[in-house]
Amino acid sequence: MGRPIKPITNPKLSLNILTPEEVQRIHTATLDVIENAGVRFPSQKVLDIWEAHGAKVDRKTSIVKAPGALIEKALKNAPPAYALAARDPAQDLMMDGNHVFLGTDGCGVEVIDIYTGERRRSCLKDVGEIARIADYQEEIAFHWVALSAQDRPTHTRGLHELKAVWENSTKHVQTESVYSEKEARAAVEMAAAVAGGREALRKRPVLSLMQCTAPPLGHDGGSLEAALVGAEAGVPVGFMTMASCLTTGPATVAGTLVVGNAEVIAGTALIQLAYPGAPVFYAAAQTASDLRTGSYTGGGPEDYLFGAATNVLSDFYDIPLSMGSFATGAKEPNWQAGVDNTLSTFMACIVMSDMLLGVGFLHGSRIWDFSQMLMDCEIYNIIHKTLDGIRIDDETLALDVIKAVGPGGNFLKQKHTIRHMREIFLPQFMDRRPYNEWQAKGDGPNDWALAKARQILETHQPDALEASLSAELQRIIKTAEKEPVD
Amino acid sequence: MSAELFQAMAQSIIDGDAEVAEQLARQAVEQGMDPLEAINKGFVVGVNHVGSEFSCGNAFLPELVMAGEAMKAAVSTLEPEMARRGTTREVLGRVVLATIQGDIHDIGKTLVGTMLSAAGFQVYDLGVDVPVMQLVEKAREVDAHIIGVSALLTTTMVRQRDVVEALDDMGLRAKIKVMVGGAPVTGEWVKEIGADGYSEDAIGAVAVAKKLVGK
Repeated sequence: MGRPIKPITNPKLSLNILTPEEVQRIHTATLDVIENAGVRFPSQKVLDIWEAHGAKVDRKTSIVKAPGALIEKALKNAPPAYALAARDPAQDLMMDGNHVFLGTDGCGVEVIDIYTGERRRSCLKDVGEIARIADYQEEIAFHWVALSAQDRPTHTRGLHELKAVWENSTKHVQTESVYSEKEARAAVEMAAAVAGGREALRKRPVLSLMQCTAPPLGHDGGSLEAALVGAEAGVPVGFMTMASCLTTGPATVAGTLVVGNAEVIAGTALIQLAYPGAPVFYAAAQTASDLRTGSYTGGGPEDYLFGAATNVLSDFYDIPLSMGSFATGAKEPNWQAGVDNTLSTFMACIVMSDMLLGVGFLHGSRIWDFSQMLMDCEIYNIIHKTLDGIRIDDETLALDVIKAVGPGGNFLKQKHTIRHMREIFLPQFMDRRPYNEWQAKGDGPNDWALAKARQILETHQPDALEASLSAELQRIIKTAEKEPVD
Repeated sequence: MSAELFQAMAQSIIDGDAEVAEQLARQAVEQGMDPLEAINKGFVVGVNHVGSEFSCGNAFLPELVMAGEAMKAAVSTLEPEMARRGTTREVLGRVVLATIQGDIHDIGKTLVGTMLSAAGFQVYDLGVDVPVMQLVEKAREVDAHIIGVSALLTTTMVRQRDVVEALDDMGLRAKIKVMVGGAPVTGEWVKEIGADGYSEDAIGAVAVAKKLVGK
């Protein structure tokens, strides 16, 4: 039995970030961009699909100009709700607009070693270890492949990573590191093995595929072809824009929303044209580039606004959203990380983004830190509790108790207090000790989070993948490894 | 008269106005001004001004890029006249740039190109998805001082090593320095593959390039 999962559902708080008229303007602008500026789809196979459906295709530049009506019609075929399945069915995740599920972040390249504290290049072992800790954490509902297995061959790296996650966790896996048609075919074959066959996979997709767009207004050919393979098999696929104000998008938040939206809905429409009714999701992690360096910031007010606005867009298209929050640019778990990750996640949660990416990284999703991972889970817990809001009824107003205690007493001895005290948030990693105790011990949240991560890693035994299934996954990888590289 | 023109040239760079810069460059040629003088006493003054404004935090990256583009427009307008006179602009070095094969991520590499050329390097930008051998051949052809190679994916980053090795195999390693860039690149990676330098952003890349050519 897998561990329980803790989604955000039925929040009492809400936020109005865009009016329906404003959303309509963004949509109209987006269709204008797709029809007149076009979106680049550098794959002959994909251009064939567009051409067959009447879009204007330039074979030389790979730019597709599709009429708005075609995009709108295609998007109508996208299912509004479906489940992301897990190896343990009790951990299936309902993509229905009323759940926020937290995942790990992904695609990092370095890790702060859990024992030595040294920063080093990521390897396959790290992928499995992070998955095992994520399997334990009730806050974490699904996995991205957290780190790149840089000790494995590049053309099958994504497959090794998938195997490592499945071997260490029963939860759903969304991979963002399968970049070619061949690798996607093998990944789908692995997922089918885990699910119990092709049809079983279609019914209960234990894998979903996330592909990054190439902003502004472009896609990667390998990613597109990989997404088509996923869609054909009924594996949910999503396109993620990381358009950034100033560099890959206009300086304005509104303009960058349009650029990213054009990439995502054009890609999503393509999937629906090829495989009508295939489960799809919207994915985004826009931000503002730094004014001085032009680099990805992963934080700041623009980032937080994107986090909330994008879900309004995905709701408009009635498809689930996988939203990048967290991902601080801080170099260590510190004040900046706390501000960035709390605000970006709060904004993405209050609008009910279906999937949140994700916990664990520093330096703009590059360096994995185990203490940051668990402190990010605590941030999620704080937001989870906050979104419950304030319940107002006779029991919570506690009129009888207030009268019984009267002026000058205290509430510690009241049965009402005992009844409700466990509703009060109890942090795991906030330092609320007396000053002298802090002074004497000299430790703090980072140390406690790291100690907990170590303890989970050393003691948590996830439900193992059957040995025969593990062997089958290995066989699929070996076969893929022998194929010539494109 | 010249003083006014020089000032207008500098201002066109500060304003990031490529059209005006180009027009002033043409005017200089028509007036029989030495193109090198136009560059050094006019346009470069503007580049330096924007650079120092950036350093003290008053100007931002888009202004640097606009200035760089305006500078490029001015210089390319002056080039035919320089060729006619048999003079060449002194450059800090020749740099061949590309995003490596299998990778289509363009923006970081292009930004580095703009910054380098604004700083006085001759830049040959080969674009994206460029095979190792094409990159190395071009570097040999133009007698480059530096190859700059970008990769955004961990799966393509490994080919940065191939560039270093290809230069080794061709006996060019001593002559041509290798700079690498892209989000997954780290200092450790640079050391491991035996490259000469890297930077996380385009501004830093100029400093690294200058150091590599001893300027």
